[in-house]
Amino acid sequence: MSDPHEISRSGHIESRDLSIGWRHGKEHFQAVDRVSFSIAAGQFVCLLGPSGCGKSTLLGALAGHIRAASGSLFLDGAAILAPSPERGLVFQHHTLFPWKKVIDNVAFGLKMKGVARAERRARARELLDLVGLSGFEDKYPVQLSGGMQQRVEIARVLINQPRVLLMDEPFGALDAQTRWIMQQLLLQVWASIRTTIVFVTHDIDEALFLADRVLVMSHCPGRIRDDIPVPAARPRGEAWLTSDGFIRLKRHCLDLIHDERPCANPPDGADLALQPAVSRLAEALI
Amino acid sequence: MHGAHFSLAATDTSLSAPAQDDGASNDADIDRPETAKGKRAHLPFGRLFVRLLSLVVFVALWQAASGNRLHLGLVNFQNVPAPSEVVPALRDLLQSPKIGAHVGSSLCRVFAGFVSAALAGIALGLMIGRSRWAADLLQPPLEMLRPIPGVAWIPLAILMFPSSELSMVFITFVGALFPVLLNTIHGVSGIDPRLIAAAKSLGAGRLRLLTEVIAPGAAPSIVTGLSIGMGTSWFCLVTAEMIAGQYGIGYFTWESYNLQSYADIVVGMLFIGVFGMASSVLVRKFGDLLTPWYQIGNACGHE
Ligand SMILES: Nc1ncnc2c1ncn2[C@@H]1O[C@H](COP(=O)(O)OP(=O)(O)OP(=O)(O)O)[C@@H](O)[C@H]1O
Ligand SMILES: [Mg+2]
Repeated sequence: MSDPHEISRSGHIESRDLSIGWRHGKEHFQAVDRVSFSIAAGQFVCLLGPSGCGKSTLLGALAGHIRAASGSLFLDGAAILAPSPERGLVFQHHTLFPWKKVIDNVAFGLKMKGVARAERRARARELLDLVGLSGFEDKYPVQLSGGMQQRVEIARVLINQPRVLLMDEPFGALDAQTRWIMQQLLLQVWASIRTTIVFVTHDIDEALFLADRVLVMSHCPGRIRDDIPVPAARPRGEAWLTSDGFIRLKRHCLDLIHDERPCANPPDGADLALQPAVSRLAEALI
Repeated sequence: MHGAHFSLAATDTSLSAPAQDDGASNDADIDRPETAKGKRAHLPFGRLFVRLLSLVVFVALWQAASGNRLHLGLVNFQNVPAPSEVVPALRDLLQSPKIGAHVGSSLCRVFAGFVSAALAGIALGLMIGRSRWAADLLQPPLEMLRPIPGVAWIPLAILMFPSSELSMVFITFVGALFPVLLNTIHGVSGIDPRLIAAAKSLGAGRLRLLTEVIAPGAAPSIVTGLSIGMGTSWFCLVTAEMIAGQYGIGYFTWESYNLQSYADIVVGMLFIGVFGMASSVLVRKFGDLLTPWYQIGNACGHE
């Protein structure tokens, strides 16, 4: 089962002095400020931070949709300049094509590579099976629940055998129950497809449950504040969520976030998001 | 659970439920979810009866007004043929060999004008919607021509084209072009940019993006444009035929006026109505076949 999904061991990400700015009218706003990090191939990394700290911007740059102002990003030594199927992107709200059936959504990447219809459908079926959606091939996306849509989205990205999976709060819109199921599913899938994952979230529990390593970001300007390894053994279960090690790491993350001050001079659009987000984060965790 | 409960109002765009119907019968709509147990519910017998009755009364009033040569001062029914005269005229026309030529030439003209307008409108719309360069280059003249109704083109079209046949097709083309063009542009600009980003991330190049994302994404709006365009192209054609035609339904109607066979005027009008409506319905149904996901989306009450 694992061989057809076998991914090359590569997937090493390197960021060097990366800065990304947005223009708000005449003002320039530095969303990501001289960020450097390195992610080993096959590692599961969570980006944690308050709303507006530049997580999505950073992920967009990794995907190749957003151009950096300065600095550079590399995947396995090659500069990231444009979107590519080797870097699969999953958003909070699904981006399935409403006019394609589930199976054809999943097979889309192979169609772009010119794989014959029968073969790509067979592969798509395997991936739907992997995410537990056999039997939904001929449905349209609107006919699925939010959790199912995210599974299809993940299957659609995985069919390209990406070296990196970039996920931007993929379970943020799901209810607690579904979210928990999806987190377990993701780890299960990841166990059979050892691709590098960069996973954005502002849920500390989620980050500590999933990741090998948590990068905590701060805002104004967007920087990496801390780099926390999560040494827990895998497979992880509910036991990890209540262990002392977990509580200690969570305490540490909470301290980092409570320490976070609102921007002295927030940009338009960001001012709304910042203050409540910090307290929302704190609230959710107590 | 989004059952098929809300499906009726949204999917039933056929003739039996014209748009005005939804607003006019609010109270009747409330009990629809209960009556609709998954399958398409037919009109209750009582309402069907009222509708038939209304038609009968309309025809009876018309018969009374024309039969008695009513003169109401402002409106004069003296020369309006009564239904009792129209029916025999209709029968005569259906039996005469001319009918095929009239209907045939109108259909050919509409077909030629509409299809070329659809192709041009969709192609231009996709270009303008996707490329700023194309928009800057093409939009100014199109914007200038847009407010000019197809009918206003008749004299110039006669001067521009070697045959009156071509000039009529051209007028039909102008009539359909702008609804198709505008709806295509609208459809393209309404596509979720995240879908475009996702397609690029999944390896779609420029051409694939157009065929796999832009075109299907704009399709529901294009279908709307096509069905509006079908209506306007009939309208333009009939007018053009009255002025420039030989054969054709519009020509037949106008000729009947000149020959003072008044019953035939109404027969011509009936033909225009029936064919105009039928072709619009045809376009709609065809469009529905092309956009099956959209029908489901509507039925589920999603955006
Ligand atoms: N398209 C854009 N145009 C202008 N400014 C933007 C744009 N996208 C993001 N920004 C700004 O960049 C900053 C970082 O935004 P980003 O979306 O990366 O934050 P985030 O960490 O993903 O937040 P959240 O947790 O709310 O998703 C914000 O201050 C925001 O105002
Ligand atoms: Mg974000």
